[in-house]
Amino acid sequence: MSKTKNRFWFALFTFPTIFIFTIVVIIPFISGIYYAFFDWDGIAANAKEFVGFDNFLKLMEDERFRHSAWVTIKFTFLALISVNVLGLTFALIVTSTLRTAKSARTMVFMPNLIGGLILGYIWSFIFSDAFSIIGKVTGFESVFYNWLMSPDYALYAIVLVFTWQMAGYMMIVYIAGIENIPYELMEAAKIDGANYWQRLRKIVLPLLMPSITICLFLTLSFAFKIYDVNLSLTGGGPINSTEMFALNIYNEIFGYSNYGYGQAKAIVFFLIVAVISLTQVYFTKKREVEM
Amino acid sequence: MKKSKVIKEILLLIVAIFYLSPIYIMLVNSFKNRQELYENVLALPKDFSFQYYIAAIEKMNFLNAFGNSLFITVVSVIFIVILSSMTAWMLARTNNRISKIIFMTFIATMLIPFQTIMMPLMQEMNWIMKTTGIPMLNTRGGLIFMNIGFNTSMAVFLYHGFIKSIPLSLEEAAMIDGASKFGIFWRIIFPMLKPITVTVMILNVISIWNDYLLPSLVLTQKELRTIPLSTFYFFGEFTIQWNQAMAGLVLTIIPVVVFYVFAQKYIIKGIAEGAVK
Repeated sequence: MSKTKNRFWFALFTFPTIFIFTIVVIIPFISGIYYAFFDWDGIAANAKEFVGFDNFLKLMEDERFRHSAWVTIKFTFLALISVNVLGLTFALIVTSTLRTAKSARTMVFMPNLIGGLILGYIWSFIFSDAFSIIGKVTGFESVFYNWLMSPDYALYAIVLVFTWQMAGYMMIVYIAGIENIPYELMEAAKIDGANYWQRLRKIVLPLLMPSITICLFLTLSFAFKIYDVNLSLTGGGPINSTEMFALNIYNEIFGYSNYGYGQAKAIVFFLIVAVISLTQVYFTKKREVEM
Repeated sequence: MKKSKVIKEILLLIVAIFYLSPIYIMLVNSFKNRQELYENVLALPKDFSFQYYIAAIEKMNFLNAFGNSLFITVVSVIFIVILSSMTAWMLARTNNRISKIIFMTFIATMLIPFQTIMMPLMQEMNWIMKTTGIPMLNTRGGLIFMNIGFNTSMAVFLYHGFIKSIPLSLEEAAMIDGASKFGIFWRIIFPMLKPITVTVMILNVISIWNDYLLPSLVLTQKELRTIPLSTFYFFGEFTIQWNQAMAGLVLTIIPVVVFYVFAQKYIIKGIAEGAVK
């Protein structure tokens, strides 16, 4: 086969994808960095004013952005714990020999397939109406009231919905890890008289460490980038108390028409997400070598 | 021993059913009238009339939205599968610098969150529309184009890993027999990629079907709305009548449930594979 002919096939097979990919991802990414150094209201007729690093400096002083950063971190931390504790617990239960395990697995995973936007709407009804009735019936009115109206509790509402959405997903990943644990190992421990908790602590959890790392990082990046649930459940409210990064960027650009400043936020957002993901790759690769 | 097992079985089932209780609440309240709904949200409805469904279908223009979602998802996924499998095969089988650089670029850009490029992307699309007249915005085709761009890198990555595990000998034998690269790929390679193709399809169907933000930026015309978009406007435009709203939400979930029932095995396998890589 001649070299030119090979080149022709290479181009034919790869060019369409590279062409679309360049237009949709590469060019906007590069021009996005450019926009971040300008002050612009998004109207084509109005001039863009070059402001250097001003947008990035302004960002550190921005009270709303700092609040949004804090809320995002708090949310991510809470979600990390709740999603993984629940996901791992479900995974341990449904990999048991119980006959109902399979249907339970199917049911727990279900919410993950429904889009975040729609999940948020379902729960907004539950918080606003079902909660008050549950409160009246059970007498726990101090717990079951409309969380979405309270600046302190609205964030927990998002954590709850996000957990409901993601626990089934993490469960699937944990199940894959649990099924890889050699059966003989568990049998041997059982014969040696190890009880369930001992087996869990000394065998299952240590062998599950790779899955736990993966799940923690997956939750971290999903939680950090949350948008749909945030929008439909609270819309960032009440009074901006639950406006997280992604929503803050959207509002800055398309809501307040600060295109340049909003884009600077978007670049910072990218840098943080990149650091999180690269740390994940580093840890998973390192572990693969050790195994 | 036996008795405790029965209790465990029942307990697990109760937990799972409780986990899905929001679905139950949504379902029962889509049938209740206003008064019934406020009396007790948890109770079963007294009669099953579908009037709120009919109203929701009309207000959401549901059939139209369903058609748009279906068209956009199916066409996007077909293109993603064809384009990224071809690209991944070439990249995996060509051992030079250019092919490595291209592959690394695909992987590296998977780090970019959508919010980072949404604004410049819209500017670029506007510019393309103005200078070339190609209608990138407010068309299903434009959205499909962007869906392909956003989802190929992950697909190329998955295909690439799978292709690396296929021995070269088959292709070499076909090459000696004089088959063209095109023929080799479609007759020999592509059929062997079936397991990973299913995974790629599942992951993309879920993400494209549920996507809200990108379509909300690209499609502003009412007739073009997808299901998530029409749900958003349905909740925004009308003062909330919960029974109608719940009926609308049930409608949006039906296609997802049907898909889940038929493709459950593949979905769970696909999710596990997509997550670990």
